[in-house]
Amino acid sequence: MDRTLRVPPRVLAAGALKHLILVAGAVLTAFPFYWMVTTSFKSFAEAQSYPPVLWPTVWHFENWQQAWEFPTTLWARSFANTLGIAAVSTLGTLVTAVLAAYAFARMRFRGRNVLFAIFLLTIFIPSEATLIPNFVLITKYLGWYNTYQAQIVPFLASVFSIFLLRQFFMSVPQELQDAARIDGAGHVRFLWSVALPLVRPALITVALLNFLASWNSFLWPLLVTSSPEIRPIQVALVPFSSEAGTQYHLLMAGATFVILPTLVVYLIAQRYFIEGVARTGIRG
Amino acid sequence: MPAPSRLDARRRRILFEHIEAYLFVLPAVILVGVFDVLPGFAAFLMSLTRWGIIYERFAGLDNYRAVLDPAGARFEQFMNSLGVTVWYVLLTVPIEMFLALVIAVVLYQGTSGRGAYRVVYFMPYITSVVAAALVFEWMFDANFGLLNWAIGLVGIPAQEWLREPDGVFGMIGSAFGLELQGWMTGPSLALVAVSIFTVWHFIGFQTVIFLAGLTNVDRELYEAARIDGAGERQIFLRITLPLLSPTIFFVLVLATVGAMRSFSQIFVLTNGGPLDTTRNVPMLIFQTFFERTAVNGIGLGAAMSFIFVLIVVAITIFQFRVLGRRVFYG
Repeated sequence: MDRTLRVPPRVLAAGALKHLILVAGAVLTAFPFYWMVTTSFKSFAEAQSYPPVLWPTVWHFENWQQAWEFPTTLWARSFANTLGIAAVSTLGTLVTAVLAAYAFARMRFRGRNVLFAIFLLTIFIPSEATLIPNFVLITKYLGWYNTYQAQIVPFLASVFSIFLLRQFFMSVPQELQDAARIDGAGHVRFLWSVALPLVRPALITVALLNFLASWNSFLWPLLVTSSPEIRPIQVALVPFSSEAGTQYHLLMAGATFVILPTLVVYLIAQRYFIEGVARTGIRG
Repeated sequence: MPAPSRLDARRRRILFEHIEAYLFVLPAVILVGVFDVLPGFAAFLMSLTRWGIIYERFAGLDNYRAVLDPAGARFEQFMNSLGVTVWYVLLTVPIEMFLALVIAVVLYQGTSGRGAYRVVYFMPYITSVVAAALVFEWMFDANFGLLNWAIGLVGIPAQEWLREPDGVFGMIGSAFGLELQGWMTGPSLALVAVSIFTVWHFIGFQTVIFLAGLTNVDRELYEAARIDGAGERQIFLRITLPLLSPTIFFVLVLATVGAMRSFSQIFVLTNGGPLDTTRNVPMLIFQTFFERTAVNGIGLGAAMSFIFVLIVVAITIFQFRVLGRRVFYG
């Protein structure tokens, strides 16, 4: 970038306009988060006041405790459920996806292309159509209604993750594999000690995106569970919000509980999130 | 004789390689087969049955006929929800794409704090729809909502937002003394409110994809154009836009399909109401399945979902045919 000392006023104006657009957009985007957190610390009266109060006059930190101790909601239990479900399904997806993706990318076997084509086709089957058959399968034939496995097992494989990881395994140089074979390493050894370390960024991306999807999943757990003891956090928010009613300061505290963990993880690992999405173009 | 034994060894090795490979793909094959492929077939079979609370009988194409018969009540419901779906796409996709493109281009020109902006714009996309919807419901609140206060500052009367079934064109029209009728009243204000949430939620996603597309554009082209005396607008229209057209097309197809199939945000914000004015096709399918199972809900819902898939695929093919050709691939 070359910088000249004298900047023409037109360029300056354009630069100012640019920043104005960006700042205005960022403020609008971030505002709901600001509003959520500040409302959660307002008093009941202040949260309901009209015209709205943009900054709490007195910070009621006890609101969070009050929301947390809400009688209908087992927050800690729901968080543990979500965390457990997300962790197990993410780990499971990683294992199944790595194995399948490696096989599709670097092993030769009969039926490989047909199988891969079938996998890809399943992306086009809409979830609205498969929701009912899956529901019937899980509840009637497997007898898993209101269980953890109903919320985990269907998500232990992800065609999307397989597809993404396959691309990365394909980019591992063939010479490395030839060298490994000469040294007597088979596929398992090569995968574990050479290929996996090479695709580590992709693994992190796949893990984060799966974890996020599991953390935010709502409809499926709502359908296949009934008791608060095994329901995840997103579903727990439903009885909470109807119980809290118009106590918006408590509602916003509850919303903050649910959003905060993903926000923290995102801010720490945002590079992997954004690059993963940019690379794959998935839309929730 | 060494030849046969060597052949044997080769065969054994190929056999071993096959077994190893099949073991690698086996877990994924079982899971994808049971939870994706099988339900896909099952859904199609269900659409050929009369099935409410209990399975009644094989019904051939009756369900498809019921949904597509212009004289039937199901047809009206389906067309109504198809109309909602179309409005929802028109209200979200162009605005999302336009804003995301502007943000991405401005960010790409090398602004200080680009990383920070990118982080902020992407934030809504990673938040859960259920929790974020609570915040928006609160901002859209008819009595204490922030939005009513904000529009009140510029003299616009308070609105019902998510509970307003009246069409927005009709509302704007009557404010100027113009009475519009029927479909001309446009999408309900409730659908507009849902669309505002949708735009907020997805804009960062599209911005990031556009940014990724922009980084593939050769920087030297810009420098060459500047040396030749091209202005910023010319550079945008003659270089950025054509070279970005594959990305724009990709985002358009993805966003259209995504908007047509939207469910969660509508489910949590309005549940299809008020007066069914936000009930798009996925919402109708869901309600048919679950709330009306007594009257052949499973059969009809499954049939609707396959008709809807055909419509979505047809629109995607149309986009590829008409717009795909105009895309410039370097």
